[in-house]
Amino acid sequence: MTSPSTEPKAHSHGLGEIPFSKLATHGSFDVNDFPVPNGREEEWRFTPLRRMKGLHDFKGEADGVDKLDVDAPEGVTVEKVGRDDARLRTAGLPADRVTAQAHSSFEEATVLTVAKGTALERPITIERQAQGGTRFDQYLIELEPMAEAIVVLKQTGTGVRAGNLDLHVGEGARLTLVSVQDWDGDAVDVTQHNAQVEKDGTFKSIVVTLGGDLVRLSPKVAYKDRGANAELYGLYFSSDGQHHEHRSLIDHNVSNTRSRVEYKGALSGKDAHAVWIGDVIIGEGTTGTDSYEINRNLQLTDDTRVDSVPNLEIFTGEVEGAGHASATGRLDEIHLFYLRSRGIPEEEARRLVIRGYFLELINRIPIEDLREEIMEKVEQKLAAHE
Amino acid sequence: MTKFEIRGLRADVLIGEDERQEILTGVDLTVNSNETHAIMGPNGSGKSTLAYAIAGHPRYEITEGEVLIDGENIVEMSVDERARAGVFLAMQYPVEVPGVSMSNFLRSSVTAVRGEAPKLRQFSKELQGAMKNLSIDSGFAARGVNEGFSGGEKKRHEILQLELLKPRIAVLDETDSGLDVDALKVVSEGINRAKETHEMGTMLITHYTRILNYVKPDYVHVFANGRIAESGGPDLADTLESEGYERFVKAGA
Repeated sequence: MTSPSTEPKAHSHGLGEIPFSKLATHGSFDVNDFPVPNGREEEWRFTPLRRMKGLHDFKGEADGVDKLDVDAPEGVTVEKVGRDDARLRTAGLPADRVTAQAHSSFEEATVLTVAKGTALERPITIERQAQGGTRFDQYLIELEPMAEAIVVLKQTGTGVRAGNLDLHVGEGARLTLVSVQDWDGDAVDVTQHNAQVEKDGTFKSIVVTLGGDLVRLSPKVAYKDRGANAELYGLYFSSDGQHHEHRSLIDHNVSNTRSRVEYKGALSGKDAHAVWIGDVIIGEGTTGTDSYEINRNLQLTDDTRVDSVPNLEIFTGEVEGAGHASATGRLDEIHLFYLRSRGIPEEEARRLVIRGYFLELINRIPIEDLREEIMEKVEQKLAAHE
Repeated sequence: MTKFEIRGLRADVLIGEDERQEILTGVDLTVNSNETHAIMGPNGSGKSTLAYAIAGHPRYEITEGEVLIDGENIVEMSVDERARAGVFLAMQYPVEVPGVSMSNFLRSSVTAVRGEAPKLRQFSKELQGAMKNLSIDSGFAARGVNEGFSGGEKKRHEILQLELLKPRIAVLDETDSGLDVDALKVVSEGINRAKETHEMGTMLITHYTRILNYVKPDYVHVFANGRIAESGGPDLADTLESEGYERFVKAGA
């Protein structure tokens, strides 16, 4: 597992073969603009609909309750707003029926605003504990120009959840989002992240998915102007029967923008299923786009399944960099041999190698306590299978 | 005093699912502690296979024979059990293990082999001293195991592990290959230090006589066609130096 076996390749599919923009063709705020999926559609074919607990064809009542604790330092405004707040429709369109359902059904949104030029002294922490039932949510985190913030969203508990988390990164602002999906084993979570990055803004997202029965998370990035930068990192550990699906979509719709996508996962135990879809669109007439995406998977047992689909659509000849890579493999027996030849017992050698596999990614989390907490959770999941 | 014995050892290299090839065709050798045995031979004679088979490399399988440490057969042991029983293999091509820091790896390894975790401060001092002796910059401790190391740096770290783990039998597989003279001296000094500071038998596998100027062998064996073809004293190395391996290669053909 020293390096992915797949060399990055740039693909040019040519105009007219595929829709101009996935954003334009597949987005709407209204649930009724999407037919009820049957599982054969491109965007649903990897998702086990029968385990969505009715989210894809919702008819009941949204009866779920969340316990929400927001800890925000000075310089942050925390508001609860109604459906009619105009800010809630600025970050982008829900891309599938379930997130559109969430947008059509939420009653009250949570909005966090970091004032212009404010660099927060400590992170904003949002602890969200789902306490059963079905619930639709809308969140907005807005960084005004030149603001800097780290936001940690920790999600635990049980229930059926769908929602949109809008992220508006103002001009020259810097937002780091750490979103932890540490749900109970029976939870369902279908969420879209909609990031809008203004001129010279930087959005960094680190997604950590460990829990739940079914998690489908779709981080989406659009740029408003030149110099905007987005880095999406993801870590997942999928155990027995868990379905973890991450679908990133980066829309390089303006010139001189940059993106990096790196998702890394491990799978262990019967029917653990990880899906990674990495869509990157480099728009017509743009120049100077710099983009790279990679997905790696470590299958720790044979009874697991990985679907990894990088998808790069380029509609311009003026690209600075565009690459993708995907590699799925098992633990390298030669790595284990080396460690064991120095007396280290097999289980500990496996633990060291897997820890090493995730280390670089975890080190991207800018908070030490959280890094340790996540490494510990990863090791707990690992230990459960030894 | 340890007696390390290889008796009638035959081993295959596993090439594919159903494909294997016999490499070791019956090796007999006894190494007592404080003895250094040079195993010399032409490329492809099976020297490295012997080293890997002793250590338990997954791509080699022992089909017959015994490897004994004081009468205890290690062939049935797992790789890590062999190491804890006192076998150390300095590899010709040390493996890079990304993301596992050298210091973490060494502490885990020393803990496993010694049977208890060394005191942190004491270990840190021991490690720093050992690194300094091998002219290894202290910054390497924070780097991934062998990650991005040059050939010479990897070899120094193999000897660092030798010095820390203090094995009963050290198998050094072409530790001299790819080293310039300065690095060869540093590495040889490390091997000699290990021999002096604890009781250890040494199997020095090499293609060239150069390292024997720094690490003096008590016995020299010529390895050809998967077994020991001839044994002698240190002077056999000189004969090989002037005559080469041709005689042995022909004999097996």
